[in-house]
Amino acid sequence: MPEIAVPLKHTDLAILGAGPAGLAAATQARAQGLQVLLLDENAAPGGQVHRAVGGFYRPDIRAPGATQAREGLRLIEAAHASGAEMRQGATLWAIERDGTITWSEAGTAHQARARRLLLCPGATERALPIPGWTLPGVMGVGAAQILLKTAGLLPEGRVWMAGQGPLLWLYAAQILAKGSTIAGIIDLSPRGAWRRAALHLPRALTAPGYLAQGLAWMWRVRRAGIPVIRAETLEALGENRLRAIRFDAREAAADLLLLHDGVVSNTQLTRALPGCAHEWDGRLACLRPVVDEWGNTSLPDVMVAGDGAAVGGARAAALSGRIAALEAARALGRLSGDQRDALAGQLLLRRQVELAPRAMLDALYPPLPPARIADATILCRCEEVTAGRVRAAAALGAQGPNQLKAFLRAGMGACQGRVCGPLVHAMVAAERGLDPATMDGLRTRFPSKPVTVGELASLVQT
Amino acid sequence: MFRRTAPADCSIRWDGREIPARAGEPLAAALLASGVAQFRQTAVSGTPRGPLCMMGACFDCLVEVEGVPNRQACLVMVTPGLVACPQAGARASHA
Repeated sequence: MPEIAVPLKHTDLAILGAGPAGLAAATQARAQGLQVLLLDENAAPGGQVHRAVGGFYRPDIRAPGATQAREGLRLIEAAHASGAEMRQGATLWAIERDGTITWSEAGTAHQARARRLLLCPGATERALPIPGWTLPGVMGVGAAQILLKTAGLLPEGRVWMAGQGPLLWLYAAQILAKGSTIAGIIDLSPRGAWRRAALHLPRALTAPGYLAQGLAWMWRVRRAGIPVIRAETLEALGENRLRAIRFDAREAAADLLLLHDGVVSNTQLTRALPGCAHEWDGRLACLRPVVDEWGNTSLPDVMVAGDGAAVGGARAAALSGRIAALEAARALGRLSGDQRDALAGQLLLRRQVELAPRAMLDALYPPLPPARIADATILCRCEEVTAGRVRAAAALGAQGPNQLKAFLRAGMGACQGRVCGPLVHAMVAAERGLDPATMDGLRTRFPSKPVTVGELASLVQT
Repeated sequence: MFRRTAPADCSIRWDGREIPARAGEPLAAALLASGVAQFRQTAVSGTPRGPLCMMGACFDCLVEVEGVPNRQACLVMVTPGLVACPQAGARASHA
Protein backbone atom coordinates (compact mmCIF):
# COMPACT_ATOMS: atom_id res chain seq x y z
CA MET A 1 0.00 0.00 0.00
CA PRO A 2 1.19 3.55 -0.63
CA GLU A 3 2.69 5.48 2.25
CA ILE A 4 0.54 8.31 3.45
CA ALA A 5 2.70 11.20 4.51
CA VAL A 6 0.01 13.29 6.21
CA PRO A 7 -2.68 12.01 8.59
CA LEU A 8 -5.59 10.46 6.74
CA LYS A 9 -8.71 12.56 6.58
CA HIS A 10 -11.41 11.01 8.80
CA THR A 11 -15.17 11.35 8.58
CA ASP A 12 -18.21 9.75 10.18
CA LEU A 13 -20.09 8.93 7.02
CA ALA A 14 -18.80 8.80 3.45
CA ILE A 15 -21.57 8.86 0.86
CA LEU A 16 -20.77 7.86 -2.70
CA GLY A 17 -23.05 9.33 -5.33
CA ALA A 18 -24.92 12.64 -5.21
CA GLY A 19 -28.17 11.53 -6.81
CA PRO A 20 -31.46 11.72 -4.90
CA ALA A 21 -30.42 9.02 -2.39
CA GLY A 22 -27.00 10.49 -1.66
CA LEU A 23 -28.22 14.08 -1.45
CA ALA A 24 -31.10 13.25 0.89
CA ALA A 25 -28.86 11.02 3.01
CA ALA A 26 -26.23 13.75 3.36
CA THR A 27 -28.83 16.28 4.49
CA GLN A 28 -30.40 13.87 6.98
CA ALA A 29 -27.06 12.69 8.36
CA ARG A 30 -25.96 16.29 8.93
CA ALA A 31 -29.22 16.93 10.76
CA GLN A 32 -28.27 14.11 13.14
CA GLY A 33 -24.87 15.72 13.70
CA LEU A 34 -22.71 13.38 11.60
CA GLN A 35 -19.70 14.60 9.65
CA VAL A 36 -20.42 13.82 6.00
CA LEU A 37 -18.17 13.49 2.97
CA LEU A 38 -20.19 13.21 -0.26
CA LEU A 39 -18.29 12.17 -3.39
CA ASP A 40 -19.75 12.30 -6.87
CA GLU A 41 -18.26 11.62 -10.28
CA ASN A 42 -20.22 14.24 -12.20
CA ALA A 43 -19.52 17.94 -12.54
CA ALA A 44 -22.61 18.87 -10.50
CA PRO A 45 -24.83 17.11 -7.96
CA GLY A 46 -28.18 15.55 -8.91
CA GLY A 47 -27.27 12.12 -10.22
CA GLN A 48 -28.63 11.12 -13.62
CA VAL A 49 -32.28 11.87 -12.87
CA HIS A 50 -31.58 15.42 -11.66
CA ARG A 51 -28.64 15.95 -14.00
CA ALA A 52 -27.73 19.64 -14.39
CA VAL A 53 -30.83 20.69 -12.44
CA GLY A 54 -30.30 24.21 -11.16
CA GLY A 55 -27.49 24.56 -13.67
CA PHE A 56 -28.09 24.24 -17.38
CA TYR A 57 -31.32 22.23 -17.10
CA ARG A 58 -34.22 24.55 -16.23
CA PRO A 59 -37.41 23.13 -17.75
CA ASP A 60 -40.46 25.38 -18.21
CA ILE A 61 -42.93 25.01 -15.38
CA ARG A 62 -45.42 22.98 -17.46
CA ALA A 63 -42.86 20.97 -19.45
CA PRO A 64 -42.76 17.16 -19.06
CA GLY A 65 -40.33 16.38 -16.25
CA ALA A 66 -40.63 19.82 -14.61
CA THR A 67 -42.02 18.51 -11.31
CA GLN A 68 -39.13 16.10 -11.03
CA ALA A 69 -36.64 18.88 -11.70
CA ARG A 70 -38.16 21.03 -8.94
CA GLU A 71 -37.84 18.14 -6.50
CA GLY A 72 -34.24 17.69 -7.56
CA LEU A 73 -33.46 21.36 -6.99
CA ARG A 74 -34.82 21.14 -3.45
CA LEU A 75 -32.62 18.10 -2.72
CA ILE A 76 -29.52 19.82 -4.11
CA GLU A 77 -30.13 23.07 -2.22
CA ALA A 78 -30.76 21.24 1.05
CA ALA A 79 -27.55 19.23 0.70
CA HIS A 80 -25.55 22.38 -0.07
CA ALA A 81 -27.00 24.07 3.01
CA SER A 82 -26.43 21.04 5.25
CA GLY A 83 -22.73 21.52 5.82
CA ALA A 84 -21.79 18.24 4.17
CA GLU A 85 -18.46 18.30 2.32
CA MET A 86 -19.56 17.83 -1.28
CA ARG A 87 -16.89 16.93 -3.80
CA GLN A 88 -17.84 16.82 -7.48
CA GLY A 89 -15.73 15.36 -10.27
CA ALA A 90 -14.59 12.79 -7.71
CA THR A 91 -14.33 9.28 -9.15
CA LEU A 92 -14.14 6.62 -6.47
CA TRP A 93 -12.00 3.64 -7.40
CA ALA A 94 -11.22 1.69 -4.26
CA ILE A 95 -12.84 0.75 -0.94
CA GLU A 96 -10.90 -1.07 1.75
CA ARG A 97 -12.17 -3.12 4.67
CA ASP A 98 -11.18 -0.51 7.23
CA GLY A 99 -13.35 2.14 5.58
CA THR A 100 -10.56 3.75 3.59
CA ILE A 101 -11.78 5.05 0.26
CA THR A 102 -9.66 6.23 -2.64
CA TRP A 103 -10.81 8.51 -5.39
CA SER A 104 -9.42 10.74 -8.13
CA GLU A 105 -10.19 14.38 -8.77
CA ALA A 106 -8.70 16.22 -11.75
CA GLY A 107 -5.90 13.69 -12.14
CA THR A 108 -4.95 13.52 -8.45
CA ALA A 109 -5.78 10.66 -6.09
CA HIS A 110 -7.18 11.29 -2.61
CA GLN A 111 -8.00 9.14 0.37
CA ALA A 112 -10.19 9.34 3.45
CA ARG A 113 -11.32 6.92 6.12
CA ALA A 114 -14.97 6.76 7.07
CA ARG A 115 -16.56 5.08 10.08
CA ARG A 116 -19.44 4.10 7.83
CA LEU A 117 -19.99 3.98 4.08
CA LEU A 118 -23.22 4.62 2.26
CA LEU A 119 -23.08 3.74 -1.44
CA CYS A 120 -25.66 5.42 -3.66
CA PRO A 121 -24.46 4.34 -7.11
CA GLY A 122 -27.85 4.57 -8.82
CA ALA A 123 -28.85 2.76 -11.96
CA THR A 124 -27.69 2.46 -15.55
CA GLU A 125 -29.78 1.85 -18.63
CA ARG A 126 -30.23 -1.82 -19.36
CA ALA A 127 -28.45 -2.68 -22.58
CA LEU A 128 -30.78 -3.50 -25.47
CA PRO A 129 -28.57 -5.51 -27.81
CA ILE A 130 -29.67 -5.60 -31.44
CA PRO A 131 -27.60 -6.28 -34.56
CA GLY A 132 -25.69 -3.08 -35.33
CA TRP A 133 -26.12 -1.40 -31.94
CA THR A 134 -22.40 -0.64 -31.80
CA LEU A 135 -22.70 1.72 -34.78
CA PRO A 136 -22.11 5.41 -34.06
CA GLY A 137 -25.56 6.99 -34.11
CA VAL A 138 -27.13 4.33 -31.87
CA MET A 139 -27.40 5.48 -28.25
CA GLY A 140 -29.48 5.06 -25.14
CA VAL A 141 -32.61 7.14 -24.61
CA GLY A 142 -31.15 8.06 -21.22
CA ALA A 143 -27.96 9.20 -22.96
CA ALA A 144 -29.94 11.50 -25.24
CA GLN A 145 -31.79 12.87 -22.23
CA ILE A 146 -28.47 13.63 -20.54
CA LEU A 147 -27.44 15.55 -23.67
CA LEU A 148 -30.66 17.54 -23.38
CA LYS A 149 -30.14 18.31 -19.69
CA THR A 150 -26.43 19.07 -19.74
CA ALA A 151 -26.09 20.81 -23.10
CA GLY A 152 -29.58 21.54 -24.43
CA LEU A 153 -29.10 19.22 -27.40
CA LEU A 154 -32.18 18.11 -29.31
CA PRO A 155 -32.12 15.20 -31.74
CA GLU A 156 -32.59 16.12 -35.40
CA GLY A 157 -32.90 14.37 -38.71
CA ARG A 158 -34.57 10.99 -38.95
CA VAL A 159 -34.82 10.13 -35.28
CA TRP A 160 -36.08 6.69 -34.28
CA MET A 161 -36.71 5.44 -30.77
CA ALA A 162 -37.06 1.77 -29.85
CA GLY A 163 -37.62 -0.49 -26.90
CA GLN A 164 -39.90 0.06 -23.94
CA GLY A 165 -40.26 1.73 -20.55
CA PRO A 166 -41.36 5.00 -18.93
CA LEU A 167 -38.18 6.94 -19.78
CA LEU A 168 -38.77 6.34 -23.49
CA TRP A 169 -42.17 8.06 -23.26
CA LEU A 170 -40.91 10.86 -21.01
CA TYR A 171 -38.04 11.72 -23.36
CA ALA A 172 -40.30 11.52 -26.41
CA ALA A 173 -42.74 13.93 -24.73
CA GLN A 174 -39.89 16.24 -23.69
CA ILE A 175 -38.38 16.60 -27.15
CA LEU A 176 -41.76 16.91 -28.88
CA ALA A 177 -42.62 19.75 -26.49
CA LYS A 178 -39.40 21.45 -27.60
CA GLY A 179 -40.20 21.11 -31.29
CA SER A 180 -38.26 18.01 -32.28
CA THR A 181 -39.82 15.38 -34.47
CA ILE A 182 -39.57 11.61 -34.20
CA ALA A 183 -39.73 9.42 -37.31
CA GLY A 184 -41.25 6.62 -35.28
CA ILE A 185 -41.18 4.59 -32.11
CA ILE A 186 -40.56 0.85 -32.43
CA ASP A 187 -42.39 -0.79 -29.55
CA LEU A 188 -40.57 -3.98 -28.60
CA SER A 189 -42.62 -4.68 -25.47
CA PRO A 190 -44.09 -8.18 -25.28
CA ARG A 191 -47.72 -8.76 -26.24
CA GLY A 192 -50.21 -9.11 -23.44
CA ALA A 193 -48.24 -6.86 -21.10
CA TRP A 194 -51.20 -4.59 -20.31
CA ARG A 195 -53.32 -7.61 -19.42
CA ARG A 196 -50.65 -8.92 -17.02
CA ALA A 197 -50.04 -5.46 -15.63
CA ALA A 198 -53.74 -4.96 -14.91
CA LEU A 199 -53.39 -7.32 -11.97
CA HIS A 200 -51.20 -4.73 -10.30
CA LEU A 201 -53.38 -1.75 -11.16
CA PRO A 202 -55.14 -1.48 -7.77
CA ARG A 203 -51.84 -1.10 -5.91
CA ALA A 204 -50.46 1.27 -8.55
CA LEU A 205 -53.51 3.47 -8.08
CA THR A 206 -52.50 4.14 -4.47
CA ALA A 207 -49.90 6.45 -6.01
CA PRO A 208 -52.02 7.68 -8.96
CA GLY A 209 -49.68 10.51 -9.94
CA TYR A 210 -47.24 8.15 -11.65
CA LEU A 211 -49.89 6.54 -13.80
CA ALA A 212 -51.42 9.87 -14.81
CA GLN A 213 -48.00 11.24 -15.70
CA GLY A 214 -47.11 8.22 -17.83
CA LEU A 215 -50.40 8.33 -19.69
CA ALA A 216 -49.93 12.06 -20.30
CA TRP A 217 -46.53 11.42 -21.93
CA MET A 218 -47.99 8.68 -24.13
CA TRP A 219 -50.92 10.89 -25.05
CA ARG A 220 -48.59 13.69 -26.09
CA VAL A 221 -46.78 11.31 -28.44
CA ARG A 222 -50.03 10.01 -29.96
CA ARG A 223 -51.43 13.51 -30.36
CA ALA A 224 -48.28 14.55 -32.24
CA GLY A 225 -49.05 11.80 -34.75
CA ILE A 226 -45.80 9.93 -34.14
CA PRO A 227 -46.11 6.39 -35.53
CA VAL A 228 -45.78 3.74 -32.82
CA ILE A 229 -44.98 0.47 -34.54
CA ARG A 230 -44.98 -2.87 -32.76
CA ALA A 231 -42.17 -5.14 -33.96
CA GLU A 232 -40.54 -8.40 -32.95
CA THR A 233 -37.09 -7.72 -34.38
CA LEU A 234 -34.96 -4.63 -34.92
CA GLU A 235 -31.61 -4.09 -36.61
CA ALA A 236 -29.38 -1.06 -37.02
CA LEU A 237 -27.76 -0.86 -40.47
CA GLY A 238 -24.75 1.06 -41.72
CA GLU A 239 -21.04 0.81 -42.39
CA ASN A 240 -19.24 3.32 -40.21
CA ARG A 241 -22.33 4.95 -38.78
CA LEU A 242 -26.05 4.40 -38.62
CA ARG A 243 -27.77 4.70 -42.01
CA ALA A 244 -31.05 2.82 -41.62
CA ILE A 245 -33.04 0.54 -39.37
CA ARG A 246 -34.87 -2.66 -40.22
CA PHE A 247 -37.83 -3.70 -38.11
CA ASP A 248 -39.51 -6.97 -38.92
CA ALA A 249 -39.42 -6.88 -42.75
CA ARG A 250 -39.46 -3.09 -43.19
CA GLU A 251 -36.53 -0.78 -43.68
CA ALA A 252 -36.33 2.97 -43.04
CA ALA A 253 -33.58 5.58 -43.26
CA ALA A 254 -32.25 6.70 -39.87
CA ASP A 255 -29.81 9.31 -38.55
CA LEU A 256 -30.22 8.49 -34.88
CA LEU A 257 -31.59 5.43 -33.09
CA LEU A 258 -32.30 5.73 -29.37
CA LEU A 259 -32.73 2.46 -27.47
CA HIS A 260 -34.26 1.86 -24.07
CA ASP A 261 -35.21 -1.19 -22.02
CA GLY A 262 -35.54 0.15 -18.51
CA VAL A 263 -32.75 0.47 -15.96
CA VAL A 264 -30.71 -1.89 -13.77
CA SER A 265 -29.04 -1.38 -10.39
CA ASN A 266 -25.42 -0.30 -10.63
CA THR A 267 -23.57 -2.92 -8.55
CA GLN A 268 -20.08 -2.28 -9.87
CA LEU A 269 -18.77 -1.18 -6.45
CA THR A 270 -20.67 -3.55 -4.19
CA ARG A 271 -19.69 -6.61 -6.23
CA ALA A 272 -16.03 -5.71 -5.72
CA LEU A 273 -16.45 -5.88 -1.92
CA PRO A 274 -15.51 -9.38 -0.71
CA GLY A 275 -18.38 -10.90 1.26
CA CYS A 276 -21.01 -8.37 0.16
CA ALA A 277 -23.96 -10.63 -0.67
CA HIS A 278 -25.93 -10.09 -3.87
CA GLU A 279 -29.08 -11.65 -5.24
CA TRP A 280 -30.62 -11.88 -8.70
CA ASP A 281 -33.60 -9.60 -9.20
CA GLY A 282 -35.76 -11.76 -11.44
CA ARG A 283 -38.15 -8.98 -12.42
CA LEU A 284 -35.40 -6.60 -13.52
CA ALA A 285 -32.97 -9.33 -14.63
CA CYS A 286 -29.99 -7.87 -12.80
CA LEU A 287 -28.02 -8.40 -9.62
CA ARG A 288 -28.65 -6.29 -6.56
CA PRO A 289 -26.99 -6.20 -3.17
CA VAL A 290 -28.89 -7.89 -0.34
CA VAL A 291 -30.00 -5.08 1.99
CA ASP A 292 -32.40 -4.82 4.90
CA GLU A 293 -35.10 -2.14 5.10
CA TRP A 294 -32.49 0.35 6.44
CA GLY A 295 -29.97 -0.24 3.67
CA ASN A 296 -27.52 -2.40 5.66
CA THR A 297 -25.65 -4.87 3.45
CA SER A 298 -24.20 -8.17 4.64
CA LEU A 299 -20.98 -6.28 5.52
CA PRO A 300 -20.78 -4.30 8.74
CA ASP A 301 -20.45 -0.56 8.16
CA VAL A 302 -21.36 -0.69 4.44
CA MET A 303 -24.82 0.45 3.37
CA VAL A 304 -26.53 0.94 0.02
CA ALA A 305 -29.51 3.20 -0.75
CA GLY A 306 -31.46 4.19 -3.83
CA ASP A 307 -31.67 2.51 -7.22
CA GLY A 308 -28.29 0.87 -6.56
CA ALA A 309 -30.03 -1.25 -3.91
CA ALA A 310 -33.34 -1.77 -5.72
CA VAL A 311 -34.77 0.21 -8.61
CA GLY A 312 -37.59 2.37 -7.27
CA GLY A 313 -37.23 5.78 -8.87
CA ALA A 314 -36.07 9.17 -7.60
CA ARG A 315 -38.57 9.76 -4.79
CA ALA A 316 -38.16 6.29 -3.29
CA ALA A 317 -34.38 6.76 -3.57
CA ALA A 318 -34.46 10.03 -1.63
CA LEU A 319 -36.54 8.41 1.11
CA SER A 320 -34.17 5.43 1.22
CA GLY A 321 -31.27 7.84 1.57
CA ARG A 322 -32.88 9.52 4.58
CA ILE A 323 -33.77 6.17 6.14
CA ALA A 324 -30.19 4.93 5.68
CA ALA A 325 -28.80 8.13 7.21
CA LEU A 326 -30.94 7.62 10.33
CA GLU A 327 -29.67 4.05 10.62
CA ALA A 328 -26.09 5.30 10.19
CA ALA A 329 -26.71 7.81 13.01
CA ARG A 330 -27.94 4.97 15.20
CA ALA A 331 -24.97 2.76 14.34
CA LEU A 332 -22.58 5.61 15.14
CA GLY A 333 -24.21 6.33 18.47
CA ARG A 334 -26.03 9.56 17.59
CA LEU A 335 -29.51 8.06 17.94
CA SER A 336 -30.99 5.26 20.01
CA GLY A 337 -32.91 2.54 18.22
CA ASP A 338 -36.17 4.05 19.46
CA GLN A 339 -35.23 7.53 18.28
CA ARG A 340 -34.31 6.17 14.85
CA ASP A 341 -37.60 4.31 14.61
CA ALA A 342 -39.58 7.39 15.59
CA LEU A 343 -37.85 9.54 12.99
CA ALA A 344 -38.01 6.88 10.26
CA GLY A 345 -41.64 5.75 10.69
CA GLN A 346 -43.20 8.24 8.30
CA LEU A 347 -40.36 7.84 5.81
CA LEU A 348 -40.81 4.07 5.67
CA LEU A 349 -44.54 4.51 5.02
CA ARG A 350 -43.97 7.13 2.34
CA ARG A 351 -41.48 4.88 0.63
CA GLN A 352 -44.12 2.14 0.47
CA VAL A 353 -46.41 4.58 -1.34
CA GLU A 354 -43.72 5.64 -3.81
CA LEU A 355 -42.95 2.01 -4.59
CA ALA A 356 -46.61 1.20 -5.25
CA PRO A 357 -46.42 1.46 -9.07
CA ARG A 358 -43.31 -0.73 -9.38
CA ALA A 359 -45.05 -4.10 -9.69
CA MET A 360 -47.25 -2.76 -12.47
CA LEU A 361 -44.31 -1.16 -14.29
CA ASP A 362 -42.28 -4.35 -14.00
CA ALA A 363 -45.20 -6.36 -15.42
CA LEU A 364 -45.72 -3.85 -18.23
CA TYR A 365 -42.09 -3.73 -19.29
CA PRO A 366 -40.39 -7.05 -18.50
CA PRO A 367 -36.79 -7.05 -19.78
CA LEU A 368 -36.55 -8.49 -23.27
CA PRO A 369 -35.66 -12.19 -22.86
CA PRO A 370 -32.22 -13.48 -23.98
CA ALA A 371 -33.93 -15.80 -26.48
CA ARG A 372 -34.81 -12.75 -28.59
CA ILE A 373 -31.15 -11.83 -29.07
CA ALA A 374 -29.84 -13.11 -32.42
CA ASP A 375 -26.57 -15.05 -32.46
CA ALA A 376 -24.79 -12.48 -34.61
CA THR A 377 -25.52 -9.65 -32.13
CA ILE A 378 -22.60 -8.31 -30.12
CA LEU A 379 -23.27 -8.72 -26.39
CA CYS A 380 -19.97 -7.55 -24.92
CA ARG A 381 -19.24 -4.30 -26.77
CA CYS A 382 -15.74 -3.82 -25.34
CA GLU A 383 -14.38 -7.21 -26.41
CA GLU A 384 -16.81 -7.61 -29.33
CA VAL A 385 -18.19 -10.96 -28.19
CA THR A 386 -21.38 -12.08 -29.91
CA ALA A 387 -24.41 -13.79 -28.41
CA GLY A 388 -23.63 -16.84 -30.53
CA ARG A 389 -20.18 -17.20 -28.96
CA VAL A 390 -21.65 -16.80 -25.47
CA ARG A 391 -24.20 -19.51 -26.22
CA ALA A 392 -21.53 -21.81 -27.63
CA ALA A 393 -19.30 -21.32 -24.58
CA ALA A 394 -22.24 -22.04 -22.27
CA ALA A 395 -22.93 -25.21 -24.27
CA LEU A 396 -19.27 -26.18 -23.87
CA GLY A 397 -19.67 -25.94 -20.11
CA ALA A 398 -18.96 -22.37 -19.00
CA GLN A 399 -20.63 -22.39 -15.58
CA GLY A 400 -21.41 -18.70 -15.31
CA PRO A 401 -20.26 -15.16 -16.11
CA ASN A 402 -16.90 -15.52 -14.32
CA GLN A 403 -15.85 -18.60 -16.25
CA LEU A 404 -17.26 -17.18 -19.43
CA LYS A 405 -15.05 -14.14 -18.95
CA ALA A 406 -12.03 -16.44 -18.90
CA PHE A 407 -13.30 -18.28 -22.02
CA LEU A 408 -14.21 -15.28 -24.15
CA ARG A 409 -13.07 -12.09 -22.36
CA ALA A 410 -16.71 -10.99 -22.16
CA GLY A 411 -16.86 -8.49 -19.29
CA MET A 412 -13.08 -8.07 -19.23
CA GLY A 413 -12.87 -4.89 -21.29
CA ALA A 414 -12.82 -1.24 -20.36
CA CYS A 415 -16.37 -1.15 -19.00
CA GLN A 416 -15.72 -4.16 -16.76
CA GLY A 417 -19.06 -5.73 -17.57
CA ARG A 418 -21.14 -2.67 -16.71
CA VAL A 419 -23.04 -2.99 -19.99
CA CYS A 420 -23.05 -6.71 -20.80
CA GLY A 421 -22.95 -8.15 -17.26
CA PRO A 422 -26.68 -8.71 -16.71
CA LEU A 423 -27.15 -9.87 -20.33
CA VAL A 424 -24.38 -12.46 -20.17
CA HIS A 425 -25.63 -13.68 -16.80
CA ALA A 426 -29.18 -14.18 -18.09
CA MET A 427 -28.01 -15.74 -21.34
CA VAL A 428 -25.70 -18.31 -19.76
CA ALA A 429 -28.48 -19.27 -17.34
CA ALA A 430 -30.95 -19.63 -20.22
CA GLU A 431 -28.51 -21.79 -22.22
CA ARG A 432 -27.82 -24.03 -19.23
CA GLY A 433 -31.49 -24.22 -18.30
CA LEU A 434 -30.82 -22.73 -14.86
CA ASP A 435 -32.53 -20.14 -12.73
CA PRO A 436 -30.18 -17.11 -13.00
CA ALA A 437 -30.59 -16.66 -9.23
CA THR A 438 -28.57 -19.83 -8.65
CA MET A 439 -25.53 -18.58 -10.60
CA ASP A 440 -22.69 -16.49 -9.16
CA GLY A 441 -22.63 -12.97 -10.56
CA LEU A 442 -19.71 -11.48 -12.45
CA ARG A 443 -17.14 -10.40 -9.86
CA THR A 444 -15.60 -6.96 -10.16
CA ARG A 445 -12.31 -5.66 -8.83
CA PHE A 446 -10.84 -2.37 -7.73
CA PRO A 447 -9.80 -0.04 -9.26
CA SER A 448 -13.37 0.43 -10.46
CA LYS A 449 -12.24 2.91 -13.09
CA PRO A 450 -8.94 3.13 -14.97
CA VAL A 451 -6.28 4.97 -12.99
CA THR A 452 -3.15 6.53 -14.46
CA VAL A 453 0.32 5.97 -13.03
CA GLY A 454 0.37 9.71 -12.33
CA GLU A 455 -2.72 9.40 -10.14
CA LEU A 456 -1.17 6.52 -8.22
CA ALA A 457 2.02 8.51 -7.74
CA SER A 458 0.08 11.53 -6.47
CA LEU A 459 -1.36 9.36 -3.70
CA VAL A 460 2.04 8.88 -2.07
CA GLN A 461 2.49 12.61 -1.73
CA THR A 462 -0.99 13.31 -0.34
CA MET B 1 -27.89 14.02 -35.35
CA PHE B 2 -28.27 16.70 -32.67
CA ARG B 3 -28.79 20.45 -32.70
CA ARG B 4 -28.13 23.07 -30.07
CA THR B 5 -30.91 25.03 -28.40
CA ALA B 6 -28.40 27.31 -26.65
CA PRO B 7 -25.56 28.96 -28.56
CA ALA B 8 -21.94 27.89 -28.30
CA ASP B 9 -19.75 30.29 -26.32
CA CYS B 10 -16.24 29.04 -27.03
CA SER B 11 -14.34 26.69 -29.28
CA ILE B 12 -12.27 23.56 -28.84
CA ARG B 13 -9.92 21.69 -31.12
CA TRP B 14 -10.94 18.22 -32.29
CA ASP B 15 -8.63 16.21 -34.51
CA GLY B 16 -6.89 19.39 -35.60
CA ARG B 17 -9.97 21.44 -36.43
CA GLU B 18 -11.83 24.07 -34.50
CA ILE B 19 -15.37 23.26 -33.38
CA PRO B 20 -17.84 25.35 -31.38
CA ALA B 21 -18.66 24.37 -27.79
CA ARG B 22 -20.12 25.61 -24.54
CA ALA B 23 -17.87 25.84 -21.51
CA GLY B 24 -19.01 23.36 -18.87
CA GLU B 25 -20.82 20.97 -21.18
CA PRO B 26 -19.57 17.40 -21.62
CA LEU B 27 -16.95 17.10 -24.37
CA ALA B 28 -19.07 14.33 -25.89
CA ALA B 29 -21.99 16.76 -26.21
CA ALA B 30 -19.83 19.32 -28.02
CA LEU B 31 -18.66 16.68 -30.47
CA LEU B 32 -22.14 15.29 -31.15
CA ALA B 33 -23.52 18.82 -31.64
CA SER B 34 -20.90 19.30 -34.37
CA GLY B 35 -21.91 16.11 -36.11
CA VAL B 36 -18.99 14.03 -34.86
CA ALA B 37 -20.36 10.51 -34.48
CA GLN B 38 -17.11 8.53 -34.46
CA PHE B 39 -15.07 9.06 -31.30
CA ARG B 40 -12.68 6.15 -31.52
CA GLN B 41 -11.86 2.89 -33.22
CA THR B 42 -11.99 -0.30 -31.19
CA ALA B 43 -8.87 -2.17 -30.18
CA VAL B 44 -10.35 -5.51 -31.25
CA SER B 45 -11.58 -4.91 -34.81
CA GLY B 46 -10.84 -1.25 -35.49
CA THR B 47 -14.51 -0.41 -36.08
CA PRO B 48 -15.73 3.09 -35.22
CA ARG B 49 -17.66 3.83 -32.02
CA GLY B 50 -19.41 6.75 -30.42
CA PRO B 51 -21.07 7.32 -27.04
CA LEU B 52 -23.75 4.89 -25.89
CA CYS B 53 -24.58 5.86 -22.29
CA MET B 54 -23.33 9.43 -21.65
CA MET B 55 -22.93 8.59 -17.96
CA GLY B 56 -19.52 7.06 -17.59
CA ALA B 57 -20.55 3.40 -17.78
CA CYS B 58 -19.99 2.16 -21.34
CA PHE B 59 -16.47 3.45 -22.12
CA ASP B 60 -17.38 3.72 -25.80
CA CYS B 61 -16.66 7.48 -25.90
CA LEU B 62 -12.95 7.11 -25.07
CA VAL B 63 -10.83 9.84 -26.66
CA GLU B 64 -7.48 11.48 -26.13
CA VAL B 65 -7.70 14.75 -24.18
CA GLU B 66 -4.69 17.07 -23.85
CA GLY B 67 -2.42 14.15 -24.73
CA VAL B 68 -3.96 11.73 -22.22
CA PRO B 69 -5.62 8.71 -23.87
CA ASN B 70 -8.61 6.73 -22.61
CA ARG B 71 -10.56 9.72 -21.25
CA GLN B 72 -14.32 9.33 -21.15
CA ALA B 73 -15.58 12.18 -23.33
CA CYS B 74 -18.91 12.16 -21.48
CA LEU B 75 -17.18 12.95 -18.16
CA VAL B 76 -14.68 15.52 -19.43
CA MET B 77 -16.16 19.01 -19.24
CA VAL B 78 -15.38 21.55 -21.95
CA THR B 79 -12.97 24.36 -21.17
CA PRO B 80 -12.27 26.97 -23.85
CA GLY B 81 -9.48 25.85 -26.15
CA LEU B 82 -9.49 22.22 -25.00
CA VAL B 83 -7.58 19.93 -27.37
CA ALA B 84 -8.83 16.40 -28.06
CA CYS B 85 -8.57 13.81 -30.77
CA PRO B 86 -10.05 10.44 -31.64
CA GLN B 87 -8.44 7.33 -30.29
CA ALA B 88 -7.38 4.43 -32.47
CA GLY B 89 -7.11 1.06 -30.78
CA ALA B 90 -6.30 0.53 -27.13
CA ARG B 91 -3.89 3.43 -26.80
CA ALA B 92 -2.48 6.16 -28.94
CA SER B 93 1.14 5.87 -29.92
CA HIS B 94 3.36 8.83 -29.18
CA ALA B 95 6.21 8.27 -31.57
